[in-house]
Amino acid sequence: MARKISMRQAINEALDQEMARDPSVFIMGEDIVGGAGGMGEIDAWGGVLGVTKGLNAKHPGRLLDTPLSESAYIGAAVGAAACGMRPVAELMFLDFMGVCFDQIFNQAAKFRYMFGGKAETPVVIRAMVGAGFRAAAQHSQMLTPLFTHIPGLKVVCPSNAYDAKGLLIQSIRDNDPVIFCEHKNLYGAEADVPAESYAIPFGEANIVRDGKHATIITYGMMVHRAMDAAAALAKQGVECEVIDLRTLSPIDWDTVIDSAERTGHVVCVDEAHPRCSIAADVSAMITQECFKALKGPIQMVTAPHTPVPFSPVLEDLYIPSADAIAKAVARSRSH
Amino acid sequence: MSDQRIVPIVMPKWGLSMKEGKVTGWLMEDGSRINPGDAILEVETDKIAGAVEAHDGGVLRRRVGEPDTVYPVKSLLGVIADPSVPEEEIDQFVAAYVTPSAEDDAEEQGPKYEFIETSAGTLRYAKRGAGDDTVVLIHGFGGDLDGWLFNIDVLGEAATVYALDLPGHGQSTKRLDNPGLDTMTAALSEFMATVGIDSAHLVGHSMGGAIAMHMAADDPDKVDSLTLICPAGLGREIGGYVDAFVAAQGRKDLKPVLEQLFADKSLVSRQLVDDVLKYKRLDGVEPLLKDLAAALFGGQVQQDQPGARLAAGEAPPTLVIWGRQDEIIPATHAQNLPGAKVVVFDDAGHMVYMERASDVNALIKQHIGG
Repeated sequence: MARKISMRQAINEALDQEMARDPSVFIMGEDIVGGAGGMGEIDAWGGVLGVTKGLNAKHPGRLLDTPLSESAYIGAAVGAAACGMRPVAELMFLDFMGVCFDQIFNQAAKFRYMFGGKAETPVVIRAMVGAGFRAAAQHSQMLTPLFTHIPGLKVVCPSNAYDAKGLLIQSIRDNDPVIFCEHKNLYGAEADVPAESYAIPFGEANIVRDGKHATIITYGMMVHRAMDAAAALAKQGVECEVIDLRTLSPIDWDTVIDSAERTGHVVCVDEAHPRCSIAADVSAMITQECFKALKGPIQMVTAPHTPVPFSPVLEDLYIPSADAIAKAVARSRSH
Repeated sequence: MSDQRIVPIVMPKWGLSMKEGKVTGWLMEDGSRINPGDAILEVETDKIAGAVEAHDGGVLRRRVGEPDTVYPVKSLLGVIADPSVPEEEIDQFVAAYVTPSAEDDAEEQGPKYEFIETSAGTLRYAKRGAGDDTVVLIHGFGGDLDGWLFNIDVLGEAATVYALDLPGHGQSTKRLDNPGLDTMTAALSEFMATVGIDSAHLVGHSMGGAIAMHMAADDPDKVDSLTLICPAGLGREIGGYVDAFVAAQGRKDLKPVLEQLFADKSLVSRQLVDDVLKYKRLDGVEPLLKDLAAALFGGQVQQDQPGARLAAGEAPPTLVIWGRQDEIIPATHAQNLPGAKVVVFDDAGHMVYMERASDVNALIKQHIGG
């Protein structure tokens, strides 16, 4: 049965159900249990934002609190996956991934290829992404383009609780390394989520709003900004199609190109920096595949090419706004 | 607002999630004479398009809802009143109308869905109305009780109406040992026993029709009458729908399959496709549907013929409704149950109870009343 739960609960439920289904699934990360708390509580933290809270009691011994050494435990997770386990490693903030790039880029992503298809690495690395949490420049980045660039990695960034549960279950069942990006400002966002397990296949974008005048292509938190922009534009008689990519690698080019061909006006929105972003990637592909269908130049709405500011005023300005998206649609349509 | 001579036409609520709808066009002119059950205007939601029907008779005095405009549920769309009511009173009524909030609505109608434990697992059902007659609505292969959104409330005016999700469907348990006609019928029997229904007027669509006939043949005491809507079980032929439905993995595969259900293909909205995909992706659904499809329709042949057994014995009063453009089970099967009343609609397909909801509702009401 479906009920409204938050994305935080949906992720917790996906982990819980997959651990119950498959004994080879286990979780490791910093403070994912967090030691004993008061009042007999056995998982005081449940991760820095409480996502794994309660799981240790249900699956004793299968949540491993690690030292503050990302390079060590991500390496351990990759090794465990290569040996037949299905680890889910929580890296807290995606910004910290830099210290374990070799384990991810050179090892996990390459095993299947370099061992002639004989090795599989079913590891999931979960991490928080995105700005707006007043967490400053080292804890707020949207580094999805870095991982999308690497062949052999799958990259997922859900925009809502329903997708988060189904995509995380798919990530755990998938036989390749998956970078699972959770926007910290979406943890509280609620949606109708079935209590049963379900998997959403990778490479299937979701059309979250139908429209014939313009296409807005995005993912993660920006889906909500795009929907706000589309609602504002609808009042002026401009109907925008909004596409939630859901997975960045693999990516659903068919849905993207089909929509661009139908509307002829495209706005690519990305919370990442503009250079080599998902927005730039999608724009380039659309130009190559359906240039003649375009009625105006593709617009990109991204964060600026600066670190995420700590000043709340500047941080709010940094994040692409619904207003900026609506203006970009108007710019394309003015041609 | 208590003036009984003035009746508002409001934006209907079709299904639990509907919050607003778009008026797509009026089917009646100002001043038209309206009879109860008449289709007055057309409304489209993100899930489905349908007609708003009159509950009361009178004259259409005012058309408030503008075409191509979205209104919240229960918003005033028009006014029906007796010709004797002066224009000023209509003006006042329109000016004073306050749309009830969604919360009031939820309290007023009670729980939309209930769940019960049976030996066939947890089953979801909905109950409407409180009439003396009991009606049970049984959906088809891959369907669920929400498919009765245009029927359940209207039928609830005349009877106590139950609609259930069969095992493996909707929000009921996604496990069933030996899925097939016997086990599905046993689950229906369990459902009726658990909620306390001794006998009922069974309304079955497609596979649900075969289940209803199976119960009527084996357990005639439980069946007051049969309404069979494009039923399985009256002949061998069946189209490729079932296998294609089971095999479809994504939006692009599924949409053309669902379009086979309707004469008017535009009724298959993106939301409808997404909802069916969400259901199909639940763990357990695909293997169960595969087994059920093999048992009922293996080799693209209807394996069970409960209609023949029913025809051989003493059948309850039976109404057969079909859409002539049914692409899944041919409407000619309607002739295979001697003694049944048969109504075939030319401009409808397999989902005739959605496409011709008001006519089908009227036929069912008449059938169970007589």
